[in-house]
Amino acid sequence: MELLLDPWPWYIGGPMIALVLFLLLIGGKTFGMSSNLRTLCTLCGANKSAAFFDFDWKKQQWNLLVALGTIIGGYLAAHFLAQDTAVAISSQTIDKLKDLGIDSAGAAYMPTELFDLNHLMNLKTIAILAVGGFLIGFGTRYAGGCTSGHAITGLSNLQLPSLIAVIGFFIGGLLMNHFILPYIL
Amino acid sequence: MRNLYFLAVGILFGITMFKSEAASWFRIYEMFQFDAFHMYGIIGSALVLGVVFTQILKRGKYASIFGSPLQFEDKNKSIARYLIGGSIFGLGWALAGACPGPLFTLLGAGFLPILVVIIAATFGTFVYGLIQDKLPH
Repeated sequence: MELLLDPWPWYIGGPMIALVLFLLLIGGKTFGMSSNLRTLCTLCGANKSAAFFDFDWKKQQWNLLVALGTIIGGYLAAHFLAQDTAVAISSQTIDKLKDLGIDSAGAAYMPTELFDLNHLMNLKTIAILAVGGFLIGFGTRYAGGCTSGHAITGLSNLQLPSLIAVIGFFIGGLLMNHFILPYIL
Repeated sequence: MRNLYFLAVGILFGITMFKSEAASWFRIYEMFQFDAFHMYGIIGSALVLGVVFTQILKRGKYASIFGSPLQFEDKNKSIARYLIGGSIFGLGWALAGACPGPLFTLLGAGFLPILVVIIAATFGTFVYGLIQDKLPH
């Protein structure tokens, strides 16, 4: 029970992700979460605006169910499979974040400065979440996949394009983390 | 039955994202600072096993549990779209601290401001669809 309630170490989390990939492959599907954003666009009527969204969304119904399951899984984990959800990040990271004004570092699952409803009225907070989201949605579709589609599925299938995409993920991520975040947090 | 199967796989994935802390903004920040092995351990071990599973399944002539053929997608050859698109996603990943899977996990976990990220990400996908033809691929 302790094992279930405590945060999972990497050597449990990683193999569990591989198990998810395996279950999707033997289910005759591939693993790709960002495709659901395209399906959401189609469901909202985007097929009338661009040919990219003009496809039979029912073929992606299984993936929407995976996404729905992911929401339910998040609910179950947060409410029934956790006691203390504070993330034990390294002490160096805590110090760096406190210097940037993120005082919840080491004491919460998500920075309360960004993910607490009380801060949502703050224009800067909304801007960070909205710009971050836009870049995620635009970038994943441009790159044809995200962490699940490229870093896990594509690399497991030894796809060179996925390696290039993952290098891109880190170019963008390191740029944001080291050269932009310090000025906007 | 099929529907329940994919729902169950999603539940397993959602629990994994939350419990492994891969859905935590803090872990993504820490990863890009190279301050801990945690995220690299998760992605690395998932990948080692993923390569083994994928290569075994690919080499055998297996059918899926629903009888259809297994799917292994060859990605189109290109550099520009993966490097530019990937970098744009990376900027967003490090800013919002979540990739698309955890977006759904965090919504379920009750971090409601993540809805802003989800709506903006859907809009970002929509804008990509609109201007796709004008971008280098």
